[in-house]
Amino acid sequence: MRSAFSFEREDGAVAIARLAEPSGSLQEVREWGLDREDLLQMYRNMLITRGVEERGHILYRQGKIPGSFYTGRGNEAASVAIATAMAPDDVGTPLHRDMGVHITRGVEPWRIFAQYMGRQDGPTHGKDGNVHMADERLGLIAMVSHLPAMLPVAVGCALAFRIREERRVAVGWTGEGAMARGDAHEGMNFAGVRRLPVVFICDNNQWAYSTPTHLEYAVDHLADRAAAYGFDGVVVDGTDVLAVYREAKRALEKARDGGGPTLIECQTLRMEGHAVHDDAFYVPKELFEQWAARDPLERYRTWLRSNADMSDAEEEEMTGHVKRLLNDALQRAEESPQPDPADLLDGVYAAPEDLDTPHHK
Amino acid sequence: MAEMTYLQAISDGLRQEMRRDRRVFVLGEDVGVYGGAFKVTLGFQEEFGSWRVIDTPLSETAILAGATGAALMGMRAVAEMQFADFVSCAWDHLVTVAAKQRWRAGTPVPFVLRLPSGGGFSGGPFHSQNPESSFAHIPGLKCVCPATPEDAKGLIIAAIEDPNPVLFFEHKHLYRRIKGEVPEERYTVPIGKARIHTEGSDVSVITWGAMVYTAEEAAAQVDASVEIVDLRSVMPWDKQAVLDSVRKTSKVLVLHEDTRSGGFGGEIAATIGEEAFEDLDAPVRRIAAPDCPVPFSPVLEKAFIPQVEDVARGLRELVEY
Repeated sequence: MRSAFSFEREDGAVAIARLAEPSGSLQEVREWGLDREDLLQMYRNMLITRGVEERGHILYRQGKIPGSFYTGRGNEAASVAIATAMAPDDVGTPLHRDMGVHITRGVEPWRIFAQYMGRQDGPTHGKDGNVHMADERLGLIAMVSHLPAMLPVAVGCALAFRIREERRVAVGWTGEGAMARGDAHEGMNFAGVRRLPVVFICDNNQWAYSTPTHLEYAVDHLADRAAAYGFDGVVVDGTDVLAVYREAKRALEKARDGGGPTLIECQTLRMEGHAVHDDAFYVPKELFEQWAARDPLERYRTWLRSNADMSDAEEEEMTGHVKRLLNDALQRAEESPQPDPADLLDGVYAAPEDLDTPHHK
Repeated sequence: MAEMTYLQAISDGLRQEMRRDRRVFVLGEDVGVYGGAFKVTLGFQEEFGSWRVIDTPLSETAILAGATGAALMGMRAVAEMQFADFVSCAWDHLVTVAAKQRWRAGTPVPFVLRLPSGGGFSGGPFHSQNPESSFAHIPGLKCVCPATPEDAKGLIIAAIEDPNPVLFFEHKHLYRRIKGEVPEERYTVPIGKARIHTEGSDVSVITWGAMVYTAEEAAAQVDASVEIVDLRSVMPWDKQAVLDSVRKTSKVLVLHEDTRSGGFGGEIAATIGEEAFEDLDAPVRRIAAPDCPVPFSPVLEKAFIPQVEDVARGLRELVEY
């Protein structure tokens, strides 16, 4: 039995992908270009990310969210780190476990709550639900349910950058479950052949709904597959925000400099069910306990306190700020009107003036 | 004006747009060095370079998703499926992503997908289909099916200009068989507007693509004044032109090369029934391929694709009704 989630190589196992080192000291982190304010901002974004999803749970229990509700609990570090590493002109296709990307890129939480509740002020105006949203002005592209359909779309974005010789990078997300689908293969193969400026992120949270990794893939690490497409793969602890940041930054700059794609596998555990209706009875309790001890927010908090002298006052300021932000956001979202059925057909087809967007100019 | 084949007209329109607009690029299997399986893009790579005429791996999903991503970033991809049949491999990227992105997320996805379609060459079940009705059913996609060289050029340019994903069904049986005068300058043919191929007063044929010529030959065999309406676009389709023709002739035959059940002809017939019932002097007649896959053997394929004599018989029955 292979140990997909061990960072130690088993005897005889061939590690093709690089296993990333854990994060280091403040001095090391500063060498990657992060100052203390950046570090605190990442923590704040992780708090907002978790807070948005915790409030979402409450809204769901209150019966205010139609349909189902999905969270990315356990993936806050990876999603915030990658979005922090991206340049403003870079684009990405975050998925339903990647709320931290939306938060870090600047989506206002009240719009997310409005989206959850299917209100007019959500990014999709009630036309689509849960995390099927994005703000294109922030370089994000809204996901579809068919995973990883957006991964080869990110390759298409990178193709546009390459044709126009722009120093921009596209980031395409997938889960470890969706790595079994042909879209992942076709997207990665095309990107490898053309050395396109794209970074692939595999959120490996160990469960595709109820299916465990040993029934999903037969390699040691999914990042090993990168070698088969002619680019680098790296496995990183997805609960270590600074390690993910470092690996994302390296991969982004490599892609920007013409070095082609990288596949980064972020190892986490999905800390809740597939969606709110799922109690994840099939996940061993010990596994939850083991990963709860590596909670990404707690890990980073400890690091900030011991390496960056985060004070009690700073922490209180941050948690207070996040609480107020989310309270205000909830209120504003609840005030958002229901969508108007008269608008149902709006936008089925685009009009020429719709091309007046940041990307289409 | 210059005389061009249908294929040359597509090529000419595409080349003009690539010269005019640097956002336009081509991607697909064998479109570069080889010039495309049917040579529509022959010589393009020499003129525009290998980053605007992109030979892709055998990856329909990567082609369509690539076109989608590039469109979202402001490019105008003209993607080619080697045969229309292979679009099934990329269904998700047309139907799940591109078709719905504008409506749900606000972001237009302007690209053109070229689909060499249609039978008549013993292409068998996987190189002969006419899948336009499958995609006409998907809100957010446009489907055009030109029949003449002039329309082929005008519609490929209109499709590139359009802010939506447009499926351009180019019938393989028209590529080199059909020639016509084509303006040399740039022009567009409006998507969603039909063309009266032949004016008539006794019976209307509503059709598109290669069946326009089948209808034309059939009309010549029938002692009646037949009006042939070439839809040119299946989605959106020119309902008004169809209803106008039906009101003029009071008898109508809907003809397509695709299979019958669920074919787009059913939508046209139903609309005529709903909106022009009082104008009809005979039941709406449909002629289409039977509900089976496209066969390989020439004998079987002839039995499958509507033939001139089938259409002539249908016209006579309508005239005599």
